[in-house]
Amino acid sequence: MWADNTGSFVVPPQDDILKIEDLTVRVGSIEVVHQLRFALAAGERTGLIGESGSGKTLTALAIMGLLPEGLSASGRVLYRGRDLLRMSERELCKVRGDRLAMVFQEPMTALNPVMKIGAQVAEPLQLHRNMGARAAHVAALQALERVHVPDAAEKMHAYPHQLSGGQRQRAMIAMATACSPDLLIADEPTTALDVTVQAQILNLLVELVEENGSSLLLITHDLPVVANVCQRVLVLYGGYIVEEGSVDDVFGHPRHPYTQALLDAIPPLDEDLPSRKLKAIPGSVPGLGEFPPGCPFRNRCPRADAACAVMPPLERNGHHNGDTQRGPLGRNVPSLTELAPEETPTAGISRVACWHPLS
Amino acid sequence: MSRRLPSTLVVGAVLVGLVICTALLSLVWTPADPTHVEVGDRLKGPTTTYLIGTDQLGRDELSRIMSGAQNTLVIGIMTVLIALALGVPLGGLAALYRGNLENATMRLSDVLLAFPAILLAILFAAVFQPSRFTAMAAIGIALVPVFARVVRGAGLQVMQQDYVTIVRTYGGSQLWIFVRHLLPNVSSVLIVQATVAFAVAILAEAALSYLGLGTPPPTPSWGRMLSESQTFLNQAPLLAFWPGASIALSVLGFNLLGDGLRDLLDPKLVERSVQLSS
Repeated sequence: MWADNTGSFVVPPQDDILKIEDLTVRVGSIEVVHQLRFALAAGERTGLIGESGSGKTLTALAIMGLLPEGLSASGRVLYRGRDLLRMSERELCKVRGDRLAMVFQEPMTALNPVMKIGAQVAEPLQLHRNMGARAAHVAALQALERVHVPDAAEKMHAYPHQLSGGQRQRAMIAMATACSPDLLIADEPTTALDVTVQAQILNLLVELVEENGSSLLLITHDLPVVANVCQRVLVLYGGYIVEEGSVDDVFGHPRHPYTQALLDAIPPLDEDLPSRKLKAIPGSVPGLGEFPPGCPFRNRCPRADAACAVMPPLERNGHHNGDTQRGPLGRNVPSLTELAPEETPTAGISRVACWHPLS
Repeated sequence: MSRRLPSTLVVGAVLVGLVICTALLSLVWTPADPTHVEVGDRLKGPTTTYLIGTDQLGRDELSRIMSGAQNTLVIGIMTVLIALALGVPLGGLAALYRGNLENATMRLSDVLLAFPAILLAILFAAVFQPSRFTAMAAIGIALVPVFARVVRGAGLQVMQQDYVTIVRTYGGSQLWIFVRHLLPNVSSVLIVQATVAFAVAILAEAALSYLGLGTPPPTPSWGRMLSESQTFLNQAPLLAFWPGASIALSVLGFNLLGDGLRDLLDPKLVERSVQLSS
């Protein structure tokens, strides 16, 4: 980040860390992620939500340049103006782990079983900070302490199987944040963990991201998590962004029927559950290449009609309807379309891709 | 760790230890100079001066067997090192980069595998002088495919693991992954394979020396001693027994050691044997 002479961080608020333009991911010739366009502002926490198979993880892997064999990405992924998709592997190795970092879901298999925790946490530092083994060891200990691993000095010499799931995930986060990256992508970081540990890990992520001034892209299907952690949210379905906006806006006043359906699927705690059927979205996510033409959600959507045979453009809310600015719980949210774009360039935009948005 | 050591490992280690100790001892002491010729004492049976007799040139057989152990170990070590130095990078490249490179290295190793070590050694001996080095190079190269395949196979498995993807997310290059993550994970397989290769190398060297393509005289070599004793099988049958037994026991030792190490280092195999016995 930009540290001035006094050592404090100066984060230019208008800066977009990552700009994604027409990102398309293909499996062979089948498009699975379609012309995504969004930007991540510096220091902002964005949630990427959607059901399994909506393309969340593929989007993240495409950004990192780590798509598995057989998948290809096109479009542009601009990190500070440099297109990551056109970088050489060697340049990417310099950016990954240093400026862009990623945390995965599965902490059980994510660490090398034959390597001590300390040696593994030290690796990103050795790779990006030119540290020798001893200096990296000291820095790795600090990194483990920073993620609040109990008895960090002892755990440095432990093997992955000797740590609990939560501790392993902390070690993963220590590795990902060791170099204070500009962007941290967290792909379902708490899905495999206990509910009580989940909250701790999420708090830790927010703490570190704020400390480093990093942006966070949180991939999850857990909507309450996004509501608690993020400022902005992108809703993905069938490889399209169907809705985008501030968390208050999207969750308090969803415009896309899919977002509404996701929110409805959260079981309420205050009702007598057995007396009531849980709501689910009818049907299931179609397989690869089996999405209907046009709006991908239309075969599961209660509002779909003939117009939906054509994919609706992702448009600002205001274009369709002017009176969408009532926040959740009757709170007054400033009209999003009235915000000057330069004020908060990405958080200000609220978009939905639907011919029949909810009002 | 209350698991009992496999008995094969113990027997193997004792035999291998015996060979190593003999070789080390022969560096500082042998009953007599193994190259000293005493024509008057040709083909003697065991006496107090010559504990296990003398050979056709009157050299002390025990001293020759002892310093032959040196030769055997040097050949084994060098051969395995050559095979490792070539085979591990080849297999690693194949596992890391896949595609055409993998096909090329694996087909190359198929070709090598089809080529007998003896033939390769004859070729080397014809082009260069027959020496210990040509023997070692020939056997070493003939063993390369074994290591290349083992590393590739284990490497492909490792490359599928989540943690390799994680290493890539924090900027580890292919070389970094190979050195820091792939090698440590295949090391146990390599150790086992190297021990078995050691046995193969000893046997191959004995065969080459028997054909006159290995260690040139006067350095004592078990293989050549065996071939020379043939002529005198009627007069001194024991002369063939000593080098033969030495070769057999050391090869058996390394093979048992390799088997034992595999039982010890490969947890999957232990599980399987437990399931079978229950």
